Amino acid sequence: MAEKMFVQGNEAVGWGALYCGCDGFFGYPITPQNEVTQWFAHEFPKRGKVFLQSQSEVGSINMLFGGAAAGFRVMTSTSGPGWGLMQETISHLVAAELPCVIVLVQRGGPGAGSIRHAQMDYITATRGGGQGGYKNIVLAPGSVQEVHDLIQLGFHLADKYRNPLVILTDGILGQVSESVEVKTIDFGPLDKKPWALRGRERQEDGKSRIVNSAVGVLPLPPYPNYISWLKHIEEKYREMEGSELRYEIYQAEGADLILVAYGYTSRVSKEAVNMARAEGHKVGMIRPITLWPFPYSVIREKAMLGCKFLVVEDSLGLLIDDVKIGVEGRADVHLVGILDRHIPTDGGMIMPGRVFEEIKRLL
Amino acid sequence: MNKKKVCGNPKIWKDPPGAAMYCPGCQHPVIDRIISEVLEEMDIDGKAICVVGVGCHAFVQISWNLDVLSSAHGRALDSGTAIKRLNPDAIVFTVQGDGDCIGIGAGAFIGAMIRGEKITTIMFNNTNYGTTGGQLAPTTLLGQKTATTPHGRDAALEGYPVHTAELAATFKGTAYSARGSVHTPADYQRTKRYIKTAFQKQIDGVGFSFVEVLSACPPNWHLSPVKCLKRIGEDIVSEFPLGEFKNEDSTERLSKSK
Ligand SMILES: Cc1ncc(C[n+]2csc(CCOP(=O)(O)OP(=O)(O)O)c2C)c(N)n1
Ligand code: SF4
Repeated sequence: MAEKMFVQGNEAVGWGALYCGCDGFFGYPITPQNEVTQWFAHEFPKRGKVFLQSQSEVGSINMLFGGAAAGFRVMTSTSGPGWGLMQETISHLVAAELPCVIVLVQRGGPGAGSIRHAQMDYITATRGGGQGGYKNIVLAPGSVQEVHDLIQLGFHLADKYRNPLVILTDGILGQVSESVEVKTIDFGPLDKKPWALRGRERQEDGKSRIVNSAVGVLPLPPYPNYISWLKHIEEKYREMEGSELRYEIYQAEGADLILVAYGYTSRVSKEAVNMARAEGHKVGMIRPITLWPFPYSVIREKAMLGCKFLVVEDSLGLLIDDVKIGVEGRADVHLVGILDRHIPTDGGMIMPGRVFEEIKRLL
Repeated sequence: MNKKKVCGNPKIWKDPPGAAMYCPGCQHPVIDRIISEVLEEMDIDGKAICVVGVGCHAFVQISWNLDVLSSAHGRALDSGTAIKRLNPDAIVFTVQGDGDCIGIGAGAFIGAMIRGEKITTIMFNNTNYGTTGGQLAPTTLLGQKTATTPHGRDAALEGYPVHTAELAATFKGTAYSARGSVHTPADYQRTKRYIKTAFQKQIDGVGFSFVEVLSACPPNWHLSPVKCLKRIGEDIVSEFPLGEFKNEDSTERLSKSK
């Protein structure tokens, strides 16, 4: 059953979650994600699902730690400073192998920065911002429909790998409204979380469970020691890298210049590609949908063909580091960033015209 | 000859029990034993989910034949909140140290009481941070020497010991709050009654229930186990009086219209 709706990106988070069996949402107010939290407050309790406003983002993320350990599909949503507060427990979630979804609607930083859109949390989202150097899949939607779809894929992959997963959007994608087809997407079967805490008598085998993130202190079966467990975690990362890479290639065939962008700036970039193609310039775009794992091989292939690269991201340059890793020194990598906004305020945006100007300068 | 077992390990103790990690004379496992007896006697161990904090009090997770979540330091009540909300039939309780509960975890603790979560918290008060080597805790007595107050706690610098059970009683969402001790057999029995009452409040849906239990930490107090008991009976009990501070039966105050 599918329903057509005209909704905001932030609301599409809710519809996506509802249609894939999310059981609980735990959140704390922060702009520009407030519509997400408010959507759940309105829509979840009347459907018998859990919505709870926590006392802080530290609270929200630790509620996810409990809810996920108890075998439920749980999620939260945050921005800037709230994201900073969550880092310690995201690391615990990885260590305890607990699946959940965290939506990060990016705003301007550093510090309290601005309460409006930006793309300035790329590094902490993709590199394990908390202690201990961990990995989690990061999905970056480029449209409101994709917000809805990737939330569902996100829950599936989180459960499949028993790992937290981040959906990285931004203030613009959160606020913009588009037509969306709301429906349940089938990604195939999953196990019934035999490791989850339900109370001993509710376990199928009648045996008690422990969920712990300190495997080096209290080794838990089946891992006899810390290093054997680390090896298992590492194998999981490799499997995610091998199986979950997703990206979109747009007009990149025979291109001399490749734009790389995600989120709202991928929409801007597509527009700029169209403007350039209309004037006969050979320009294309690579849009990573998974920011981790990152499509290094796709970037490398183009670099080996002699393409130049232009990264379009609303920051001082973070995604650009991954593109540089991808090209392995074989190509020039340029940036249209936050300093190129159409007006120099928190409300300014990177506009297609500015990207097109840069395309012409580089070709 | 007719042999009858009159004493033994609680049923929910793993056989063999997890490697004992406590120092000689530590009273944490004594409190663990009370909790075990209560869960067994009330026949709620099968649907219990325990969330332990971070500290020596968390060692119990390997001894219990219960579902246990080991939370981030100070966050047991956040994690417990979600478990109880999503699975209201479960008996959810937290085992926390004084540092875990009212030090780093104060925000989570107060948040749970403001919301009146139907959870039971047992806080082990040994007046210091045991695991990390006996540092200052919010519960450290005035004048008490710790690893980070080498000249003794000074009110002008470190403030005064926090009275957690009395604080818990001030919250409308709290149904029950008590402070017990296990330094004498009579106190052991009284504390057991408190813990039983606390779990009953959760079963009856009256609100948050809290029991603080004084616990000896011989190596960090630099006292023999026997002298620790004397210290509890004299100095600690005079700072932290034992007894019940709140015992609420009615769920009316939690109703929507108020
Ligand atoms: C965020 C964080 N900070 C510090 C620590 C280190 N740490 C581990 S246990 C502990 C103190 C525990 O004291 P308490 O809660 O009183 O428990 P006890 O060991 O006395 O039972 C500290 C500070 C940690 N694990 N996590
Ligand atoms: S350090 Fe103190 S609290 Fe920890 S096990 Fe030893 S006696 Fe118990």
